[in-house]
Parts: sequence; structure tokens; C-alpha cells
Amino acid sequence: MNLQTPLGDEVLALRAGDQLTLSGTIYTARDEAHLRMMEEGIPFDPEGAAVYHCGPVVQDGRLVVAGPTTSARMNALTGFLIDAGVRALIGKGGMGQEVVEQLRGRAVYLALTGGCAALAAARMTLKGAYFEDLGMAEAVWVIEADRLPLTVGIDAHGGDLFEAIQQKAKTQFHQRFNIKQDTVS
Amino acid sequence: MMANPADTALSDALADATERALREAEIRLPPDVLAVLRKAAAAERDAIARRELENILENIALAEERQVPICQDTGVPVIYLTLPPDIGLSPGLFEGVREGVRRATATIPLRPNVVDPLTRENTGDNTGAGMPAVHVAPGDRLTVTVLPKGAGSENVSRLGMLLPSQAAQIPRFVAETMLLAGGRPCPPVILGVGIGGTFDAAAALAKETLLLPIDTMDGYEQELCDAVNALGIGPMGLGGDTTALAVKVKRADCHTASLPVAVNVQCWACRRATVEVKR
Repeated sequence: MNLQTPLGDEVLALRAGDQLTLSGTIYTARDEAHLRMMEEGIPFDPEGAAVYHCGPVVQDGRLVVAGPTTSARMNALTGFLIDAGVRALIGKGGMGQEVVEQLRGRAVYLALTGGCAALAAARMTLKGAYFEDLGMAEAVWVIEADRLPLTVGIDAHGGDLFEAIQQKAKTQFHQRFNIKQDTVS
Repeated sequence: MMANPADTALSDALADATERALREAEIRLPPDVLAVLRKAAAAERDAIARRELENILENIALAEERQVPICQDTGVPVIYLTLPPDIGLSPGLFEGVREGVRRATATIPLRPNVVDPLTRENTGDNTGAGMPAVHVAPGDRLTVTVLPKGAGSENVSRLGMLLPSQAAQIPRFVAETMLLAGGRPCPPVILGVGIGGTFDAAAALAKETLLLPIDTMDGYEQELCDAVNALGIGPMGLGGDTTALAVKVKRADCHTASLPVAVNVQCWACRRATVEVKR
């Protein structure tokens, strides 16, 4: 299945664990960009948009490498994007319970293989930028994506593949080391 | 401090070697890491995990083809020097390494990752106070080894001051480190475990362990690796058989009342390269 931005209700049909590709315009944003957008507003049309947690290496107007960064850093900074109509977050490592709730009935979290910066760049073309004063890693880069290979990490129904795997890991850990009480945070 | 022409030449040769080592490390994974990744991809039973590993292998091939870094987190420079008996420790050596890091940042290019810890102001060239971290040891030849270290995996690394009676709990401590980390360090990971020494020495040992080839493990390392893989966290925390590619251990003697254990987590992009300095 290939999704095309801007996204609509088709994201609601996705389930955690589904594999798909995504094409069209996406916008990078890390910690600083989120904070700036909360203060000054979102510089692009958020309706149906896909936001990519990424701090690329850019040289001479070209993406050199552009893999995903750890999404959990944006846990407390994401609600306003979903409220504004963003339909997909792309990143690595999954996001917190508050984001799972914010996505419910509205949007999805898509996992791109961490570290795959050359692969990502090979399927992306740089189109423009906002907030360039934040520096290369923190600016909002406008990117045209061509069939990014993604896995639905969190769906719009509370399904969270990362959390399910983490719960299984916890059970395994307790069994293997014969731990009766929950001593792991 | 570099008035001596011989000193300047040595410093320049070291800068050149550092830049070359960084280029090699950032663009091409060592053969042992690649071999273990391929083996893991062939053995993986989970469909999502298999595609994650295929993406990783495709990414490695593309990085080499396009001559670009494997990952956009090009890390902070961790450097190991070996000095032969006829080369003394001099400021020029350190300046050479710093210059090599600056050049590599501009020419490869690398992401400028080094910032002031409190103001977060970026130095722009991956050097700064205490950066690069340079470790020096005696050797037969003058070599520079680079280990560019990304933050995703570094941030979930962990050190425990265990009790001397808790040696049997080391596998649990190592597995617990990975359980707490989940998908955040970009598994499949390599875990460098430093056992013994002091608080600081255990951490340094754990990092040094990441320089060891990962295509062989002794019985103890395999036991630790099995305990981690039993968690089923899988590539990127999406589940699967492959959570750790390898666990490597180094030991140092320690105080009779101490048992320091450090686990340095390394993502699958275990970047390292050694270049001999020509003089």
C-alpha cells in the first residue's frame, strides 16, 4: 500500500504492524522547531500533513542524509500538531501514552528504520525550508518523499506496537530472572 | 607550541589520518559488523523485523554507493591513539586530532553535534571543551582509531555500582539496561560491557569494548547476548529475534568492596576505523 500526502481518513484504517510506503510532501521538525511552532504558529498547511522527526545533513541545497531521530523527545510537544490537522508523525522508537491518546481517531505514528539515513535521503528531494536560523538539525525542511518504507507503530485506535513489544519484553525479563515484584520502572 | 617543524609535520599527518579514519568509519561499516548483520537478517523469523534488517542492509549499500554517512547522527568523535616509543605526548598530537575532526566535519560532511552542555550553543565543527575525547595508549605503530558515537544509544547506556556479592546478577543488569532502553537506541544493538575497575574506569572499559570485533563471543558474552535477545525487543523495538548483534566484555580488577558494571549501548551502526599515521 502507498499513501500520498496530504493525508485524510485513509489513515484511520491502518493498524499497528501494517507495512506501507508514503509519498508526497513531508516536513521535518525536532525539539526546537516544535517549540518555535508552538510560539509563532505552524509555517506550513497542517491539514493532512506528515511531520518527520528528523535532523538531516544538508549541503548545497541537497539532502546528504536524512534518517529519523528519536520521537519520544517530542512527547510533550506534539498535541498542537494533531489538533491542527496533522495526520501522520514519522520517526523512530515510538511515542508516549499521551501521544497515543492524541492520535486516537485522528492520526497515526509511522516508524522508519532508525539509522537509515542514506536510504531515506535516496528517496527524498529537498524543496524548501522554514526556521533556518535554528540551524541545520533543528530547521523545518520541506521534503518531497518517494515511497518511504514505513511500519505503522501507533494506529488511530490506541494500538501501539512498541508498547505491546515492551510489555512482552517485561514479562520475559521477569520470567527469566525470576522476579516476583515489579522492580523495573 | 608548534614552532618545531617536525612537530608541525606530525600534527598535520595526524590531522590527515584522523580525517581519513572518520571518512572510512562514517561511510563504511567494518566487515565483522556487516557479516553479523547479514547473518541476523537471514535467521530472523519475524516479518516486520526482517524488513527492518533489509532496510538497514540497503542503507549500508546506498551509503557506500553515494559516499555519504550511514546515519545522519554522525556522532561525537571518540578517538584512540597508539604511540610508538619514539613519539612523546605533545600538544601537537592533540591539535592534529582536533584539526582532523574539523576537516572531516567540513569535507564528509558531518553534522555539527558538539554543543555547550548548558547553553546548548553549537561549536559548529564537532570540537570543543573535552571534544574530541582522546585516549592514548602505547603501541608499536602510530595509529588513530575513531569511534563516532551517536546519542540515541549513548543516552540509554548505564552504570551500576553492584555489590561484590552480586556478580551473578550481571546478566540481569545487562538485560535490564536493554529492557529500559527498548527501541530507543536503534536496535539491533551491540553492548559493550565493562566489569570492574572504578566508577570511571568501568565506563571507559565499556566504550573500549566496542572496538572489539563482534563476530566472535566467548561463553559469558553469549550468555549475556542470549539474555538480551530473549526480550524480543527486535530491530527498532518493533519485535523480533534480533535485539543484540553481540555483547562484548572487558574486565579490570577492582576494589574488594566494589563491583562496577558499565553497559555502553551501541546502535547497529557500529562505526569504527583505524588509520596508521604515515611519517
